Amino acid sequence: MRAKFLAMLLLILPAALAQAQGYGGLGTSAKGFDEVRPERRLSFPADHAQHPGFRIEWWYVTANLQAADGSAMGVQWTLFRQALSPEARGTGWAAGQAWMGHAAVTTVTEHRFAEAFARGGIGQAGVTEDPFEAFINDWSMRSTAPTGQDPLSDLRLVARADDFGYDLSLRAEGPLVLQGNEGYSVKSPQGQASHYYSQPFYTLTGSVTLDGAAIPVTGTAWLDREWSSQPLTGSQTGWDWFALNLPDGARLMAYNLRDADGGAYTPGTYIHPDGRPEPLADGALILTELDRETVAGREIPLRWRLALPAKGIDLTTAPLNAQSYMQVAFPYWEGPIEFTGTHEGVGYLEMTGY
Amino acid sequence: MTILATLLSHWRRKPFQLLALIAGLAVATALWSGVQALNAQARAAYDDAAAVLGGDRFDTLVAPGGVTLANYAALRRAGWRVSPVIEDRLRLPGGRSLRLLGIDVFTLPPTAPGAGAARTEASLASFLSPPYRLIAHPGTAALLPGDLPPPLVDPTLPEGLLIGDIALVQKLANRPGAIDRLILAESQKPGLAPLEQIVGARLTRHPPAEQPELARLTDSFHLNLTAFGLLSFVVGLFIVHATIGLAFEQRRAMARTLLAIGVSRRALMLTVLAELLVLAAIGAALGMALGYLLAAALLEDVTATLRGLYGAEVPGTLSLSPLWWLAGGAMALFGTLVAALSGLWKLSRMPVLATAQPVAWHGVERRQFRVQTVLAALLALGGLGTALWGQGLVAGFALMGAVLMAAALILPTLLALALRAARRFATGPLSEWFLAEARAQMGGLSLALMALLLALAVNIGVGSMVSSFRLTFLGWLDQRLASDLYLRGEDAAQAAAMESMLQARADVDAVLPVQHVDLAHEGFPYELYGIRDNAMYRDSWPLLNAAPDAWDRVADGSGILLSEQFARRFSLGPGDRFAPAGMVSAEVVGIYPDYGNPTGQAITSEATLNRYWSPERLRFAVRTGAPDDVRAALEASFALGPEQLVDQAALKAFSRQIFERTFTVTLALNVLTFAVAGLALLTSLLTLADMRLPQLAPLWAMGLTRARLARLELARALMLALITAFLAIPLGLLVSWILLAVVNVEAFGWRIPQALFPGQWLSLLALAVLSAGLAAALPALRLRRVAPAVLLRIFSDAR
Repeated sequence: MRAKFLAMLLLILPAALAQAQGYGGLGTSAKGFDEVRPERRLSFPADHAQHPGFRIEWWYVTANLQAADGSAMGVQWTLFRQALSPEARGTGWAAGQAWMGHAAVTTVTEHRFAEAFARGGIGQAGVTEDPFEAFINDWSMRSTAPTGQDPLSDLRLVARADDFGYDLSLRAEGPLVLQGNEGYSVKSPQGQASHYYSQPFYTLTGSVTLDGAAIPVTGTAWLDREWSSQPLTGSQTGWDWFALNLPDGARLMAYNLRDADGGAYTPGTYIHPDGRPEPLADGALILTELDRETVAGREIPLRWRLALPAKGIDLTTAPLNAQSYMQVAFPYWEGPIEFTGTHEGVGYLEMTGY
Repeated sequence: MTILATLLSHWRRKPFQLLALIAGLAVATALWSGVQALNAQARAAYDDAAAVLGGDRFDTLVAPGGVTLANYAALRRAGWRVSPVIEDRLRLPGGRSLRLLGIDVFTLPPTAPGAGAARTEASLASFLSPPYRLIAHPGTAALLPGDLPPPLVDPTLPEGLLIGDIALVQKLANRPGAIDRLILAESQKPGLAPLEQIVGARLTRHPPAEQPELARLTDSFHLNLTAFGLLSFVVGLFIVHATIGLAFEQRRAMARTLLAIGVSRRALMLTVLAELLVLAAIGAALGMALGYLLAAALLEDVTATLRGLYGAEVPGTLSLSPLWWLAGGAMALFGTLVAALSGLWKLSRMPVLATAQPVAWHGVERRQFRVQTVLAALLALGGLGTALWGQGLVAGFALMGAVLMAAALILPTLLALALRAARRFATGPLSEWFLAEARAQMGGLSLALMALLLALAVNIGVGSMVSSFRLTFLGWLDQRLASDLYLRGEDAAQAAAMESMLQARADVDAVLPVQHVDLAHEGFPYELYGIRDNAMYRDSWPLLNAAPDAWDRVADGSGILLSEQFARRFSLGPGDRFAPAGMVSAEVVGIYPDYGNPTGQAITSEATLNRYWSPERLRFAVRTGAPDDVRAALEASFALGPEQLVDQAALKAFSRQIFERTFTVTLALNVLTFAVAGLALLTSLLTLADMRLPQLAPLWAMGLTRARLARLELARALMLALITAFLAIPLGLLVSWILLAVVNVEAFGWRIPQALFPGQWLSLLALAVLSAGLAAALPALRLRRVAPAVLLRIFSDAR
């Protein structure tokens, strides 16, 4: 669940371009944009493409990799879309859509990242439906699936920055997963929500380039798709989001939505190895921060205890690289993690608002 | 300190000398620094304008006819960090227009200045989406019409500039989808495919201009100002030199005494230097203050000229850098030292035991005159060399400087010759004495007379140039603006509707499209117009030099016409071949004057222009016998904006107004230079007056009344001024020839036929005599009232 971006994106593009930082203005009205409705059913491949009537939307891939020598790595590829205002719906240069890309590569010792901005409507950034491609500048997520199959079942993921790049081929080994109630995902006790689905079952091969040297890699990847028009409540200060690959092939998505009064909203989804989602109600997950470390001048909880008693899960997580900080215009922590306890494995963690 | 006090006591006794010295220095500094202030202000404005969006820093990509969206997207998708820019002008009611830049804030390099005001959370949304606010300097924001949303203000932006989202500017400029250039960010990712591989050879990459385009276009204008400032400075230095020289001579006795009582020569020299520094500082301070006032007074005309001629925006309030103050002060100091050099040199070699008799500073200085004549001859030779082999504007001004200096240096010799000639006709001792005295006085007056000569000659020269230009320009304007109405459609559709409506009217003789493309030949910008063959062009379009069948050749596409400055720049003439943008080769069949246009121009046929470029067809020239009816009909059918329909008279008035403004500054400086020369004459006569008493006392003793002596003194000054003024006329004509045939051609690329204006010479003669008379009147008046006792004392003091 990338709940944070619902709120963040409302500000992130203006804020990023404005070179300003910080949260604020969360109460921005969604008036004039399309509304998220519980009765809406998702349909594919149409819903892989953009929903310009909604204010915000993203295509979000994280991947846990191993190099040939067994060393662990992480990769992030993200494309965000934001409608500038409900009135600005022209065409071409006046399309009124803003796009932002984030890309990162994380190793035990390095965390490299880059960001990109573009306006929509002019072929510089956007999502095409057939053939499916999400792109900004020379970064792209393009379908390589044979005709007749879901376009997201096979993807080529490319990003290139000044000092890193990657070119990865992803193959889905399981079905798309609808989050929340048939893809209607509630964000807060007050009822803010988004349309949300995932593809958590990718395996991948390809290469990561660091400082001009290409490193062959293999691994797993997780894609999130989400769109909405409504912000979270003004009192929510940040999020801790987990995507874990359990050893039996099951997946666990969990988030800890922190409130200013010290409380938290903690829904999630247990995804069976066959792809069947089991929504977890608020409170089913117990998330406890273990210790904090200084990252980019902030105190950030890098180790967590994550328990789901109903499934006999009790884990301790640790980051691959504590300094996996996305020092972009709107900064946050995002990087690969390892976990031990009742189960062992790898996953991704994202933390905002520290 | 005592030495300084002793030296300074001289000024206490000769307050007029002190006044002359400080006034001379102040005036010299004022004119120079005033002109520099204007130039600095304008140059800073050009730099600011060029620095917007990093134009002084980033490479750009351009293409004939503009960059396409496909080009841009392809480059971006290949990883190139490029950012699109569209540039246009926003026309305001009242004829003024503002530079309009459309940017893409998503891709604009963060180090490119200009979009700062949009990069705040509060303003970004309103910049990128409705109401699409512009960014402008507060002064410019106030000019915007009410139908635009209130702009975001940014005091760091240059005035006269609007920055908006590219989508908005495309709409305001009525050029949907247009991109004029791509900014290429300094840092690019490694391993990108080469540009040509992505977009072919269509785009060309330009490094940032070393000098802003505006600075290049306006260079000649500023050089003109500088030349005048320098001339005034030199004239002012004549005063300073004359006064300092006199003071040195008069203090010889004092210096000798000081040396005799044991003051070391070194201490004396240092003290004299210190004294000069103090005087220079006072003069400089006054001069800078005056210069500031002068610049402030002329700024409005300068900005109006630059805007009218070049579309350059210069802020209307003077802001001066500390550097300007330093430079002005240094110039004053330097000038003082130069002016004092000969005095200091003499002081350093003065024998301690030389007789204390003050040498008549204006004494027989034949040797000096000879040296001056030789110098003048050398300068004249140098000038001749420059005229024959020199090139460029600087050479033109060097030629003028050489001519003026040579003339000034030879003036005393010429005056002496004139006086010698006059002596043959002298009858009686009094007239002999009158002429001999005039000859003897020349040493002291020669510098002031030189200044007068220069001021007069430059006045005649500049006056003749401006008048010749006015005569030619106004005649040319009448021919050039031969159509009755000039019309512009808001867009192609409206323009087409206007055209068909006009063509259907019986009272419209012709509707001539005015289409052009902006091209560059070897980097020099020019406009290529395509005209429809019409009697209006054949009958009235002014041509300087053309083949007999020029218009037929233009009409069939085989011939092309070039503007004078364009042809001169590339040494093209009838018979040469010229291929616009390498597309269509044609023969140059004629050259036409295009005064006042800083860029080049060429004319081909309508068909040729549209075959290769097909620019938008928005503007028309309309020939009609009933302009008022046609205007009324157009206004009834179309909601015309204020700038869409202009009649011939208004256009002519506007052009004339720009023209008059252009020379306001020149004329003002001209008058000021003249005033400085008058001041030089006055101060010279005043300082000489006291020294004249020993020469006059014997005449008084022999029975001439003081009144008669005073009249003679006055007459002598008038005679010298009159001879000088007569000599100034041929010199002035030479100056005007240099201005018209050398400087103007180099600076603007056009040559104006020289016309003679004897009326101007007469009035200048009168003015010269009047100012000499005024300058001589005060000393004469004093002489008339001098107490007989003072004259008597001359004899008792005589050694």
